[in-house]
Amino acid sequence: MRALAVLAFLLAFLPGLAGAVQPDEVLADPALESRAREISKGLRCLVCQNESIDESNATLARDLRLLVRERLVGGDSNAEVLDFVVQRYGDFVLLSPPVRPSTWLLWYGPFGLLLAGAIAAVFYLRAQRRPAAVAEPELTGEERRRIEALLADEDRNS
Amino acid sequence: MIAEIGHYALVLALLVGCAQALLPMIGAARDEAGLMAVGDTAAIGQFALVAVSFAALTWAYVTSDFSVANVVANSHSAKPMLYKVTGVWGNHEGSMLLWVLILAFFGALVAAFGRNLPPSLKARVLSVQGMIGIGFLLFILFTSNPFERVFPPPLDGNDLNPLLQDPGLAFHPPFLYLGYVGFSVAFSFAVAALIEGRVDPAWARWVRPWTLAAWTALTLGIAMGSWWAYYELGWGGWWFWDPVENASFLPWLAGTALLHSAIVVEKRDALKSWTVLLAILTFGLSLMGTFLVRSGILTSVHAFAVDPERGTFVLVLLAIAVGGSLLLYALRAPSLQQGGLFQPVSREGALVLNNLLLATATATVLLGTLYPLLLDAMTGERVSVGPPFFNATFIPLMTPLVLLMAIGPMMAWKRADLAGVLGRLWLGIGVTVAAALGTFFFATKAPVLSAFGIGLGAWLMMGVLVDWAERARLFRVPLGDALRRARGLPRAAYGMWIAHAGLAIVIFGMTGDILWKQEVVVAARPGQQIAIAGYDIRFEGVVQVDGKNYQAERAHFLVRRNGDYVADLYPERRFYPVQRMTTTEAAIRSTGLADLYAVIGEATGEGVHTVRLYHNPLVPWLWFGALVMTAGGLVSLFDRRLRVGAPMRKARQPDALPAAAE
Amino acid sequence: MTRRLVYLLPLVLFLGVVAYFAVGLTRDPQKLPSTMIDRPAPEFALPPLLDSVPGLATADLKGQVALVNVFASWCAPCRVEHPILTGLARDGVTIFGINQKDKPEPAKRFLANLGNPYTRVGVDADGRASIDWGVYGVPETYVIDREGHVRYRHVGALTARDVSEKIRPMLRELSR
Repeated sequence: MRALAVLAFLLAFLPGLAGAVQPDEVLADPALESRAREISKGLRCLVCQNESIDESNATLARDLRLLVRERLVGGDSNAEVLDFVVQRYGDFVLLSPPVRPSTWLLWYGPFGLLLAGAIAAVFYLRAQRRPAAVAEPELTGEERRRIEALLADEDRNS
Repeated sequence: MIAEIGHYALVLALLVGCAQALLPMIGAARDEAGLMAVGDTAAIGQFALVAVSFAALTWAYVTSDFSVANVVANSHSAKPMLYKVTGVWGNHEGSMLLWVLILAFFGALVAAFGRNLPPSLKARVLSVQGMIGIGFLLFILFTSNPFERVFPPPLDGNDLNPLLQDPGLAFHPPFLYLGYVGFSVAFSFAVAALIEGRVDPAWARWVRPWTLAAWTALTLGIAMGSWWAYYELGWGGWWFWDPVENASFLPWLAGTALLHSAIVVEKRDALKSWTVLLAILTFGLSLMGTFLVRSGILTSVHAFAVDPERGTFVLVLLAIAVGGSLLLYALRAPSLQQGGLFQPVSREGALVLNNLLLATATATVLLGTLYPLLLDAMTGERVSVGPPFFNATFIPLMTPLVLLMAIGPMMAWKRADLAGVLGRLWLGIGVTVAAALGTFFFATKAPVLSAFGIGLGAWLMMGVLVDWAERARLFRVPLGDALRRARGLPRAAYGMWIAHAGLAIVIFGMTGDILWKQEVVVAARPGQQIAIAGYDIRFEGVVQVDGKNYQAERAHFLVRRNGDYVADLYPERRFYPVQRMTTTEAAIRSTGLADLYAVIGEATGEGVHTVRLYHNPLVPWLWFGALVMTAGGLVSLFDRRLRVGAPMRKARQPDALPAAAE
Repeated sequence: MTRRLVYLLPLVLFLGVVAYFAVGLTRDPQKLPSTMIDRPAPEFALPPLLDSVPGLATADLKGQVALVNVFASWCAPCRVEHPILTGLARDGVTIFGINQKDKPEPAKRFLANLGNPYTRVGVDADGRASIDWGVYGVPETYVIDREGHVRYRHVGALTARDVSEKIRPMLRELSR
């Protein structure tokens, strides 16, 4: 689980794109600025449809970008900044929904599905390995040999 | 008058569609050749009628006939001719007409090229195609009639959304729909097979080219949309995990799984009921995409005609088409014969794993797309599911798939020797490790992730090369013999290698763009020098220019490197007065290895403009890789064994499996 | 038998999805619930816009049932809903205004031309107080109870129907 969380964290900031940040917003300290960018990318622009405040030209997005930077300069941690915004706008503002009972299905569903699928696949593969008594009863040994030969031939050709 | 002809042709197409849906199905049940043959005539007739209707609408656009409401809403007399034509499908009604046109086109293709199909299977396939056609024709005629008139006609139209007045987006929908609707053929084959009660290698062999054609078109369509977003939206993003993007990506993922599982049915007569299910679901996801985009049920940056009535109609269509076929599946699939046997470690096993990963990835994207809706409907709680979620789940699922992609094709059918395969991949393993280590030490940013991305791409690329070299017995037999062997390898194999190599190129592109991108945002005044990624860029200033239906501020940048001239860049900000909308036109200078990307923003003071410059390494590879994947699909399509273009030669081809010889 | 059930699974899952879509069609994905509901209004203190009407601070909200309306002169829907607000004020409803991200001159003209329904108007020039309220679209209207707790939020222009079906019953309920 811990490894998963680390992986999720590593991958969470993969989409690193930029857009609407105006020159006058940029912080002098590059480390703070890059944290601000990272936070902005995870916050949804509420008046837009599906954009982060980092990408949006909307006024509210700009206000929130400035707010994020102000709080960072004021010494907040990333989590504290996010918390500050969530208190005002709710979890809806987070592009990555928090893990809690109502989002367990979302966060663990994919891995649950993979597991279930893997179990089903294992059963299928085991069944496929041994000929069941009923499988292809209509084939005589001669036919089977012919098919195998043809298949082997096809294997070589394709 | 022309518009009425178009409308009338649609009504006739609906009647013909009814005949196409009903008569061949009855004919197949009663084994009456005459009734079954109606399917061919009806399918071709339906295509002709829809084509007349589509031509009528195009005519109304080309001549700027503002007595037609649809033209008024989406066109303008001053619009360039190209966008008058593409404006036909730049709106809800017209795009639905295009959808039906493509559907009818595929139906006609099945009728024309399906001469080697068993008559009953072909009759049933055409009947199912006819049923889908009826649903969408009713949808157009009742909720989205593009031929509605306005009286009195206004002097001019409202113009097309300027974002859509772009060559990239103009041809994005037709390819997307070729993909979406192309999967309807696989769907129809699946339903027909369930009715017939048999799925055999021959069936898979007929389904594969259609799926492949649809997949190829969809790949190209998605790539075009993404390319458009990259240069038009003005900040170099190309994928947002937006619901509408996911709506096109879901059928692509499911279609990719289908493409691979159909191979197992074709070659080994196994995975049958799963493949049928995938065929149903792939088209079901295409239909669901249509529903999501047009109902306004999800918020998206790509807003379309949002209308709950239309949403309800498409939902009912979706419920009938997919619900009906899944019911049929539940009833008939258990009796499908289980086929060929194989060991878990085998090509079949690898393809099962491929399908497991692709299906899970499809389900994950679906879950993420629908979850906000699901939670809202159940608890009223509102959450957003954005890129961070998709990246955190999708990439871990795709990574093992890419790893497998190098190994799987080298495994033998039925029983493979994994150690042997890995042994033959020694060169691949070596190159991958070297590439990853090299990236780790030389990457200026994010060394670990860079090494991961480049390593993954290198592994896949090496897998393709090693597999090809092995099959050609390169370095094992004299070079001349090896090249002769290489020439003799089937096109389907080349198609696979090319498509896989294309994905490797896409992975390089993603890695470069996501991890090494550089950005400079400044408020610049004319004469100011800006440095980015080793370039010296001088902002020369902004001039006003007039386009055909817009006014623009055009900036000029002079790009130099070490004092030598490199390029001039002219990004624009365009204002479209009719729609009162401003768009940004990025100026991109591509070296093939990286893009220099310039955007001009608003004037913030006397001669001062916000200037954004990006250096995007390897981004061109994204589109190049996608084109290579498309090329792979095309090459595979022209394989002798699939021969979608040459159906008549099939009969003379000796078939490997007895089932296919009927 | 269980094997048959497995084949039924896709249909069952699909029908579930369709059912959710049907529910989803009746909902507006744009509307967002407030996080402030049943919680004390945020801490803020805004200077007055007009000389004759005082500014607005958190403490002013206590003591009576009131509406807090976020408005701006640049916002077209605000003009649409304005007659409804003046109507409510005429009926004796206390309405506090937050003038969001506006310039003083047009804002004053806005109230001079259309009438002033507000008992107090606070100027939120930088929009910071609005962010504390969780405002994401202008206009927004909040119902505040006697303790100064937020009880309801409406986003977008108020219509006569919103007022008669939701706002007035709520005010009556809280005033009791």
